Amino acid sequence: MASAAVSAARPQQRAASFNSGAFLTQAHRFTMPVLILIVWQALDSFHLINSRLMPSPVMVAESFWQLLVTGQLLGNLWASLVRVGIGLGIGVVLGTGFGVFAGLSRLGEDTVDSTLQMVRTLPHLALIPLFILWFGIGETPKIALIALGALFPIYLNLFAGIRSVDRKIIEAASTLNLTHAEIIWNVVLPGALPQFLVGLRYSVGIAWLTLVVAEQVNANSGIGYLVMNARDFLETDVIFVGLIIYALLGLITDQMVRIIERRALAWRPSFVGTQSNRGAL
Amino acid sequence: MTAIETRAPVLDSPRVTTAESAVSIRGLTRSFGGPAILNNLDLELEAGSFTVLLGRSGSGKSTLLRTLAGLDTAPAGTVSVPRERAVVFQEPRLLPWKRVWRNVALGLRDGDPRAQASAALDELGLSHRLDAWPLTLSGGEAQRVALARALVRRPKLMLLDEPFAALDALTRMRMQALVAKLWQQHDLTVLLVTHDVDEALLLGDRAVVLIDGQIGADIPINLERPRRHGDPDFIRLRQQLLATLGVDEVAG
Ligand SMILES: Nc1ncnc2c1ncn2[C@@H]1O[C@H](COP(=O)(O)OP(=O)(O)O)[C@@H](O)[C@H]1O
Ligand SMILES: [Mg+2]
Repeated sequence: MASAAVSAARPQQRAASFNSGAFLTQAHRFTMPVLILIVWQALDSFHLINSRLMPSPVMVAESFWQLLVTGQLLGNLWASLVRVGIGLGIGVVLGTGFGVFAGLSRLGEDTVDSTLQMVRTLPHLALIPLFILWFGIGETPKIALIALGALFPIYLNLFAGIRSVDRKIIEAASTLNLTHAEIIWNVVLPGALPQFLVGLRYSVGIAWLTLVVAEQVNANSGIGYLVMNARDFLETDVIFVGLIIYALLGLITDQMVRIIERRALAWRPSFVGTQSNRGAL
Repeated sequence: MTAIETRAPVLDSPRVTTAESAVSIRGLTRSFGGPAILNNLDLELEAGSFTVLLGRSGSGKSTLLRTLAGLDTAPAGTVSVPRERAVVFQEPRLLPWKRVWRNVALGLRDGDPRAQASAALDELGLSHRLDAWPLTLSGGEAQRVALARALVRRPKLMLLDEPFAALDALTRMRMQALVAKLWQQHDLTVLLVTHDVDEALLLGDRAVVLIDGQIGADIPINLERPRRHGDPDFIRLRQQLLATLGVDEVAG
């Protein structure tokens, strides 16, 4: 959040090569986390907290290294990534399909929208028991749950985005001899793109959340499996590693969506100007 | 919320007219549920003429223009317009996600679209803004892009709906001169909607006033070009138009 706001507000500074002011701002951002780490480590070193319940940063780092060299970390990370990747993919494709269908046509709105609006009110995580009964305990229920969770933000935002495209622009475009398909492709869908990307960011967040829950309920691989196993053996350091991995994955994927946003919405005022090809306004 | 309607109803079935009369409207009636906004209206526009359409706010000027643009259905009456027509609205209505030249080139079917767009933008003094994003343009620049987008289609009929109303006075004067130049250099029939009597007298060779859903006054403007505000004939016509519009002359 903060970085976007700062870079949007001060395009000049960003464009200028690394100056000391920008460096200090960057440095300040890390002050607090670093301080916390130091205090935490100190508390542990002086045995002021129970390291069985709250392992020190060094212990967590060691545990991370162990998991890495034994290959456990990467194997389970891969299992989790595949689940989220496939689930998110299915959710985005279906959400986009429904969103375009309902957004573009009255028929689509009548058939799809009311149904999805009803299903939406149900917390998708509540479906876990049902999905396990339906799909067993393999990959299918987890992927299905992630797909379901990711579908709604995409659908809702795309639908709203399509419906809120400026009528005046559509009208102007319709005087330019464009076909129906050309207007949708050149006007309606690009107009809905910003809102779609908002939906995508929510979907990515929900996909990770769903993964965490689904893997803790039942799994024999994945980061969640690693964490639940560690709980059984009271390995709090491994639990911490799992939490950090989750946080990093969330952060990285959110950044990825932001990069997509920045590229796809280069025309928007907040981004125009930070683009090097068009400096002066 | 309503579904997206992209196809303009009458866009595909214009009745193309002969050369003498670029636009011919007979018995056009339009209402939006209540009393008729356009009531059995007749209007002919000569090919190559520059007509200014005046009228009070809400008198139906935009409705008439939209009918000619093929953006509104005419439930009663016949309207014939050339197929090659272009519209410029009060707002530029550019696609913000397409660079300037792509906005201009949108919908061009044959030839090199970029070259055509570039030529049109050049004519409007915007060759340096070819690759700019529309949201980085000033109001006057954006409106010139809209003009270029209209011009690049080589229209026979140019429909302008208060295209300068949102611009500052200085920019508006430049744009007025630009439109006069374009009209003289291209084979264009122009219908300009405005509420500005001075603008009408600067540009048009005929002023028609929409009153009670019909053409209530049809005034030829036989002034020499370039036109001057101080010219006695200009002042006389100005008073005549203001009176037709029911505006107290003292204010002007
Ligand atoms: N789509 C519409 N639906 C309902 N009323 C409309 C619509 N378009 C125009 N009107 C009404 O028709 C009248 C004429 O509008 P308009 O042609 O825009 O006037 P003008 O351009 O002369 O100011 C106004 O009273 C307006 O409210
Ligand atoms: Mg109007």
